[in-house]
Amino acid sequence: MTRRFTAPLAIALIGLLILFDSATAELNPYKAPPLLALGSGAVASGGFCGAMPE
Amino acid sequence: MTVAAAEPSGSWAARRGLIVLAALGLVLAVALFAGARYGLLLAIGLGFGLVLEGLRFGFAGPWRAMILRRDPSGILAQLLAIAVVAVVAFPLLAGSSGELAGAAAPIGWAMAGGAFVFGACMQVVLGCGSGTLVNAGSGNPVALVALPFFAIGSFLGAYGLIWWTDLGALPVLTLTGTSGLAVTLVLLALVAGLLLLLAAPGTRHVPRRLVIAALLLAGLAIGNLVVAGQPWGVVYGLGLWGAKGAVALGADLSGSAFWAAPGNAGRLQASVLTDVTSLTNIGIITGAFLVACWRRGGLSQPLPKLPARAWAATIVAGLLLGYSARLAFGCNVGAFFSGISTGSLHGWVWFAMAFAGAFVGVRLRPILGLEPRT
Repeated sequence: MTRRFTAPLAIALIGLLILFDSATAELNPYKAPPLLALGSGAVASGGFCGAMPE
Repeated sequence: MTVAAAEPSGSWAARRGLIVLAALGLVLAVALFAGARYGLLLAIGLGFGLVLEGLRFGFAGPWRAMILRRDPSGILAQLLAIAVVAVVAFPLLAGSSGELAGAAAPIGWAMAGGAFVFGACMQVVLGCGSGTLVNAGSGNPVALVALPFFAIGSFLGAYGLIWWTDLGALPVLTLTGTSGLAVTLVLLALVAGLLLLLAAPGTRHVPRRLVIAALLLAGLAIGNLVVAGQPWGVVYGLGLWGAKGAVALGADLSGSAFWAAPGNAGRLQASVLTDVTSLTNIGIITGAFLVACWRRGGLSQPLPKLPARAWAATIVAGLLLGYSARLAFGCNVGAFFSGISTGSLHGWVWFAMAFAGAFVGVRLRPILGLEPRT
């Protein structure tokens, strides 16, 4: 067996994650933030591994 | 000759054309359905994956090379990338009024211990935060097994994070402004000097490939900061995937101070395609996969035949990678790369502790059956 099996498997798992997630969480591009955070005037609010819970 | 190498050049060109189209299509789809910023973040993540896999830039491997062969070239490239990001990030952070945030986190007992364990485990599986994603995308079976457990560990580590930080932590300490940048660059130069002093003869140079990769990574990391408002990270996204899985299985996360906090609870309800680190993580895995498909023979490498204890060790190490990275406020990317380049002192403590842990991990690897004993 070669990586021809495992590499597509990794992509399939990511695809499954997105598919499963899309069934429970809706997307709305009209509520998306501005393209760039820099200059947007909005405070950074994304999840980050260094941040303590607000 | 491999099967892939025997493929006619016409069909190979067509395959490469399809790869480029697939990448562009993914970015466009996310931009259309989620929003332009999210499409751009996926593109940045793809860039990370393409550079890391395409130019063989890593973190765990170069640390191992320094420990075993006193070859500092890979770590010097890491320090170069960090320095370039710092030169741009420090003024940006100083000039922004909250639009941009650094990777600031407190130094504490659990943070230091977590970094030590992470450093050991990343040598066991030979994959750090970004490395596990890249290796999984390129079909490395050890990384593919470790990755879901990394996500579970990251979820669990975040679940109990407050208990761990209550063991003792300093306030968040950051270097800022021009003086902070100067101190950071001097410290990076001192580390580079020490590595060069300890280096084996003939290893005191950084290959052109790694210099190019370092500069490209730095550019992408700066792009991540400008677009997302936060530095490049990996572990939060993996923990979020684990938390979403737990919720889907019926878990109640209201008892966790971390996952019940408004920001995190909101992200649990939202799509992963609107989460910064999830998008760059997906991009890294996909980018590495595309490089493996692009290379002639990139997927023809046979899978290793490892003993059962090696697979058990991979699962445990994957769990510990995720758990310890949460306690350490990041992995090699969020704490080491982004922490130092945006002035957080916890990044320096992380580096020292993880490197000490790496000495243990290098020795554990053959004992656990992940490489032959010498």
